[in-house]
Amino acid sequence: MSVIEVANLRKSYPDTLAVDGINLSIAQGEIFALLGPNGAGKTTTVEILEGFRKRDSGKVSVLGMDPQVTGHDAREFRDRIGIVLQSTSDAGDLTVAETMHHFSGYYANPRDADEVINSVGLGEKSDSLIRTLSGGQRRRLDVGLGIIGSPELLFLDEPTTGFDPEARRSFWDLINSLRELGTTIVLTTHYLDEAEALADRVAVINKGKILEISTPANLGGRSTSLARVQWELNGQMQEEFTSEPTAVVTKLTSQFKGEIPKLIVSRPTLEDIYLEMIGAAGGAVE
Amino acid sequence: MKTLPSTLTLGLRRGNIEIRQFMRQRESVVFTLLFPVMLMAIFGSVFKDTIAPGVTFSQYFVAGMIASGLINSGFQQLAIIIPMERDFGSLKRLRGTPMPVASYFIGKTILVLASMFVQLILLLAGGVLFFGVHLPTAPSKWLTFLWLIVLGTASSTALGIAFAAVPKSGRGASAVVSPVVIILQFFSGVFFIFTQLPFWMQQVAAIFPLKWLCQGMRSVFLPDTFASHEIAHSWETGKTALILVIWLVVGLALAIRTFKWERS
Repeated sequence: MSVIEVANLRKSYPDTLAVDGINLSIAQGEIFALLGPNGAGKTTTVEILEGFRKRDSGKVSVLGMDPQVTGHDAREFRDRIGIVLQSTSDAGDLTVAETMHHFSGYYANPRDADEVINSVGLGEKSDSLIRTLSGGQRRRLDVGLGIIGSPELLFLDEPTTGFDPEARRSFWDLINSLRELGTTIVLTTHYLDEAEALADRVAVINKGKILEISTPANLGGRSTSLARVQWELNGQMQEEFTSEPTAVVTKLTSQFKGEIPKLIVSRPTLEDIYLEMIGAAGGAVE
Repeated sequence: MKTLPSTLTLGLRRGNIEIRQFMRQRESVVFTLLFPVMLMAIFGSVFKDTIAPGVTFSQYFVAGMIASGLINSGFQQLAIIIPMERDFGSLKRLRGTPMPVASYFIGKTILVLASMFVQLILLLAGGVLFFGVHLPTAPSKWLTFLWLIVLGTASSTALGIAFAAVPKSGRGASAVVSPVVIILQFFSGVFFIFTQLPFWMQQVAAIFPLKWLCQGMRSVFLPDTFASHEIAHSWETGKTALILVIWLVVGLALAIRTFKWERS
């Protein structure tokens, strides 16, 4: 069953065409990542799905509702989704527990506030003022506030920007634990390794259009692309692209009669594929 | 499946959390609650002249400061806090939850009422204890006091939410809003005797609510004989109520039209 259906979505601002005919279908329980350079239309697309922005044309259905609903229907819509925005940094004069309990009061079927605090790893910080939290801890609180209403669908907008590698890994574990609850997650990110670690499928967006939707392993023909074999000969690095890297290595083994100097066998990373796609489409790569 | 909590329930909870946040911000407590009292203490001690039979400048000034209190706790406070909340992203986060906008406004109104209440108590206590202000005894005066507070707070709150659309950033909000309030206080006869101000200043002040709130508060706290010293030689209470109601309607209409959840 699909949680999000988007057909031919368009949105323009006075000076730019932000979204230029996007089609999407996201299934229940899926973690779906939107990739693309700044200004590609990721945020506009997500904000239309969240109900923050109005579309110019196209069909959008989120949890069977139109996100543009107003009044009481809008409350019902927001009761069923969770939104973790890019950066929220209020003065932080409330404690973690006060904030979580207060937000839980907004929803019809909230999760237990203390349980959510523990599940995002802030159990020991429960009675601390938010302003005393580190950046990573604040982000965990943001996620906690995003899931307090037991959402069927969670939006995460660049959740780990500014994290150190260790904090990012532990954040990924947190998101993976939500997968087990069956929550559908729409994620935007700059980090290709993040998309690879979390997403079931990724969509690459550039200049308001979707270039491709695929699994991280298959994006851009990655799984069938040629492997690259590199080695050293007379102080110079050599390389060969091949569909049969084992044969090449066997040949080299007999050539060198044993250990091949500085041998590397690699396939393109998700990042290589992504940069190639954006570059080919003439997009700005940061 | 349980239903969503009512707008009023959420509004009351917002009020509770707003007050808690307010009390933990030392600057806001000092600025909003203590600053008017300090001003009253300074001005009240410097100008002790008698300006009419049985009326000292201190008493005149205290009435004006009480009127200013309604503007400080409503207009000034909200027009500064809301742009900051908008910049921090806290408004957008609220927008993404099922909490209705009306609950947010109810919460803010409760915050205004609470800080106004504390401010009034401090100003009244200071005025009575140190500056010879007499609390009125006639029930009709207290009735006037009550409707001045209700109308004054309501219009001040609505105008504060409306004016929150003006500052471009949260950081600059205070620099945009505070001068407006201070100039209004000078023009409206808080720091000087209104009838001694230049004619054009009086005319400008008469457009805005503070002048009328000051005059109304004088009608409560000064002897009725002083009415003859006002511009119109009367307290003009009916006109005061009318002008406050007009500003309330204008403020509400603007607040609803201009309220923005996020920085554009």
